Amino acid sequence: MTLQNEPIKRAEPKPKYCRFKKNGIRYIDYKDPDFLLKFINEQGKILPRRLTGTSMKYQKKVAQAVKRARHLALLPFHGDGLK
Amino acid sequence: MKLQDASKGLYLPPHFKNLNRYMKNYETVFILNPVLSEDQAKDTVEKFVKVLNAHKANIINVERWGLKKLAYPIQKKSTGFYNLIEFEAENNVVSVLETEFKRDESVMRFLTTTLDKFAVEYNNRRRKGEFNKSKSKKTTETVEA
Repeated sequence: MTLQNEPIKRAEPKPKYCRFKKNGIRYIDYKDPDFLLKFINEQGKILPRRLTGTSMKYQKKVAQAVKRARHLALLPFHGDGLK
Repeated sequence: MKLQDASKGLYLPPHFKNLNRYMKNYETVFILNPVLSEDQAKDTVEKFVKVLNAHKANIINVERWGLKKLAYPIQKKSTGFYNLIEFEAENNVVSVLETEFKRDESVMRFLTTTLDKFAVEYNNRRRKGEFNKSKSKKTTETVEA
């Protein structure tokens, strides 16, 4: 009888990528709340880069766009069950 | 002063097409009080367009998105008339326009942004309706100025 644990086969995590770099998007529109919904959680908070995979350059632009959309009441500052 | 120096044969950035006028692209979105009637809202938009015209701004696009639901109440109102004006103007025009917005009580919110070259390109495509979302916005009236 061996005391060694059996190795667990974990699924390899998918490599993250920046969707803006991949799709060649250069400008993020703050007037399009449906698109910005991808970058906020259910409470309306901006998702971190480590979850969305967005590069630093575009994360700044995403954050700027979300904040502008909030100012114009296109997105809520805080919500419940946005998705 | 800077412009005078520039005219003395120094390096000129390509966007200084005309030495006396340094134009930039701007876009402003503002929300009007839903208490106004459709005609009053229309007149208010025209008023701001006139202000811009009076300051030699080129109006590129005026869009009225109509009555939309707000994501959160502003001045205890849950809806508002959304309007968009794209224009090309000198930088001092923006402060004039924003003072007008502040004076007008029917304007609940406004936001003026400078458009970089990517934004201008994006807006050109948006105006032509190249994006899917424009299908859902068929009701949007576009007033060519």
